[in-house]
Amino acid sequence: MRRFSVVDLYLWAFRIVVLMVVVWGMIGTIMARRYPGDVWIDFVVFGMSQGSIYALIALGYTMVYGILRMINFAHGEVFMSGAYTGYFVAAAFGRSGYLDRNPVVSLLVVLAVAMITSTAIALLLERVAYRPLRRSPRLVPLIAAIGASFFLQYTFRGFFGSGFQAYPEAQMLKGTWVIAGIGILRTQAVVLVASVLMMLGLYAFVMRTKTGTAMRAVSEDREAAALMGIDVDRAIVIAFAVGASMAGAAGFLYAIVFKQVHFFMGFVPGIKAFTAAVLGGIGNIPGAMLGGLFLGLFESVGPILFLEGLGIVAPYQLKDVIAFTMLVMVLIFRPSGIMGERLVAKKA
Amino acid sequence: MRRQPWIAAAQKGLIWGGVAVFLALVGMVETFAGRQIVVGVISLGLALPVLTAVVAGYQGAQGHPGGAPGAFLARGALGGAAVGTVVSGLVVLGTFVNMRSMFVSASPTMFETLSFGRGVSGIPLVLLGAAAVGAVGAAASLLSPGVRRPLVTALAWTLGIGLFQELLQILLHAEGTRTAVRELLFVEDGLSMRGATIVFALAWGATAGWARRGGAVRQWHGRLSAPRQRVLRLSSLGAAVALLLLVPLGGGLFLSQVLVLVGLFALLGLGLNIVVGFAGLLDLGYVAFFAIGAYTVGLLTSVGEHGIIGLSFWAAVPVAVAVSLVAGVLLGVPVLGIRGDYLAIATLGFGEIIRILVLSDFLRPWLGGSQGVLGIPKPMIGGFEFRGPEQLFYLTLASCALVIFIAMRLRDSRLGRAWMAVREDEDVAEAMGINLVNVKLMAFAMGAAFGGLSGAIFAVMLGSIFPHSFQLLISINVLALIIVGGMGSMPGVIVGSLFLVGMPELLREFAEYRFLIYGASLVLMMQLRPEGLWPAAALRRELHAAEEMGPSGRAEAAAGSGRPLEE
Repeated sequence: MRRFSVVDLYLWAFRIVVLMVVVWGMIGTIMARRYPGDVWIDFVVFGMSQGSIYALIALGYTMVYGILRMINFAHGEVFMSGAYTGYFVAAAFGRSGYLDRNPVVSLLVVLAVAMITSTAIALLLERVAYRPLRRSPRLVPLIAAIGASFFLQYTFRGFFGSGFQAYPEAQMLKGTWVIAGIGILRTQAVVLVASVLMMLGLYAFVMRTKTGTAMRAVSEDREAAALMGIDVDRAIVIAFAVGASMAGAAGFLYAIVFKQVHFFMGFVPGIKAFTAAVLGGIGNIPGAMLGGLFLGLFESVGPILFLEGLGIVAPYQLKDVIAFTMLVMVLIFRPSGIMGERLVAKKA
Repeated sequence: MRRQPWIAAAQKGLIWGGVAVFLALVGMVETFAGRQIVVGVISLGLALPVLTAVVAGYQGAQGHPGGAPGAFLARGALGGAAVGTVVSGLVVLGTFVNMRSMFVSASPTMFETLSFGRGVSGIPLVLLGAAAVGAVGAAASLLSPGVRRPLVTALAWTLGIGLFQELLQILLHAEGTRTAVRELLFVEDGLSMRGATIVFALAWGATAGWARRGGAVRQWHGRLSAPRQRVLRLSSLGAAVALLLLVPLGGGLFLSQVLVLVGLFALLGLGLNIVVGFAGLLDLGYVAFFAIGAYTVGLLTSVGEHGIIGLSFWAAVPVAVAVSLVAGVLLGVPVLGIRGDYLAIATLGFGEIIRILVLSDFLRPWLGGSQGVLGIPKPMIGGFEFRGPEQLFYLTLASCALVIFIAMRLRDSRLGRAWMAVREDEDVAEAMGINLVNVKLMAFAMGAAFGGLSGAIFAVMLGSIFPHSFQLLISINVLALIIVGGMGSMPGVIVGSLFLVGMPELLREFAEYRFLIYGASLVLMMQLRPEGLWPAAALRRELHAAEEMGPSGRAEAAAGSGRPLEE
């Protein structure tokens, strides 16, 4: 029996208030019947595609955290660097007309460039900024990562200027496809399919290959893994590389949806992706995927579903508030996330 | 075996050449090309690549101790030449390929600076110069410390005075002797050759003199009786304070403005220092309290459309502090159970929530949305109005003094000891009978209150407040200045804010690259000096004790000092 304290009381009040807001808002919105069914479907599809991008980025956070117990604060910038360098290739293809003559090949090349750059930057980061700090107290690598994140942002700003760069649009990706009676924007369909494929690939890599097994062993217990003859450094480097290549791919997908790149674009998706990783239970790969999808869905449906019913003006401005509130709620009430049982056991 | 050091020297040179190319492409060479250090001799833009060659030479020469001086110099020259080769490669590339469609800074000015204004035909000169400079760098490692130290100090002083020339010229902009000094040292926008020589000689003389006589002075100080030492210390402190009080009178508007900003950040830093440095709770949402303080004062005092009751500043400040304090408790309670990195993320979430809410149309009728709150009157005492930075400087200084006093008393109190205990090990602290809930909440509340005070001054300084002033960047900057200064150390906070807030303000050209330098220095700092520039006494003791124990003990102590964030 635990003693009942003021803090618990406060937390219960907090839960009840949030629950009431949510329920009240939902009732209000549903009673208003302002949105027909296909608008809701649009919201859901948009949320899923947005969420799958979050999920791809979240994989990098989760893998690094799983192995090093470190939040790689600069991961959002790794994502940005992929999107940004992909832009130069895409723009060159766009100018020469190759993009429309041969869209599949050129998009694949852009994707490859984005993934390779992100991976290279993450590896450099690991080597220069993080590896020397492997044995230091936990705050130290976190601060180094914050520093690295600034450094990358403003390096890109210095290199390429501070403006928004317009990503060229492939003719092929304009318009909508109708699938099973539901119209889906082509970009969103591509994003969904591509990210699901990539996540499946990653999952197979981690679960089926020898390297993946080694990584999982290192994340369980670094010392024991080393004793069993696993090259810990290599496992760490691979975790960084694989996470970063996913972030690069996410950068590419993000750019074809939002059609512009900017040196600061990594920040918000980075934080959101971290939220997604925490949501799913950090260190847990399927959790990160689920958390990303969940967060995207919540963000796109939430403002209308929960807030508009309360009579709040311009609820869509508050979508980040919903995301962050969810983050805080998860951290407070279920720090292990949706899928994370492992971490709890580990802490005990 | 014999070739190894040569290869290493060349490798060092290539790495530093990469750094030089980075500096050029990121735009620093071009931007700083106009900033003269010594007029007609060297600009800051050129000094940066030259410095990389010096470092390459110095580092390249190492690695084979006890070699002949000639080999030393040759290795340095090799390192420097490698830098020169990489830079020349960039010049060639930039001359024949238009890089500007990608790299915005790859401008003709930059290539001109890098090749001494000669383009591709300047390359032999670049190579030669770089090799020579590298050799100079190598020579520095040959000098005896007795010669090297004054030399480096003198060079640093010359460089520093060259960099801060704008500020110094403003300070010396007056009749009489000050103008004479100015004319002696400066021409237009930089040190003159004569001025540079004078500064160099003076700094050399002073350093060499101190090296010879310093021991005697220290002995004399040591022989003084304890009360006398105290008197000496107090009177020098008093002199420093008196000097500080005079700054707005002699320094003018610009310097006061910079110092007010430094003061505000120091105030924020002192507050966050309680939460992070004393209690070990990593808070990335600290800007929320800054915003709450600013908005409270804004809403209570504004004569504009969002003003509520039009209180005076002095009545509004206590309210702002109280509101922030309550907000600190309210935000603190739910996150109490969260530890380490998770706490950082949760608080970051809170900070963003506050900012987005303030910015939103939803709260616009009350908080003004993105248009902010306007028409905040300046504070008055009797007939004295805190009109501009020169007057607000005193307000900031007084608040800083007050907060330092409170923080010092808190640190030495029972509560302060409890904070440190929690920082060192939460579980042990709890086992020793410390009420974690109360102690952590007090830290959050005190930190929030100081943040609110800082926000209040910020609001009257600007006369209006906008949500865009309360980005996450502020939280991170404040955290960075604490860490650069030294966690848990109050002089460290001041040093950190001078270094990270004051310097970029004074070096206006740096402003654009501020965050780049920030980021790089944070990464470097974590590797070279994770304890900060002016670490707290306890931490310093710990580290020193560890040094005596040897490398393994050091690692242990380092791990111990970081315990707060371990789960």
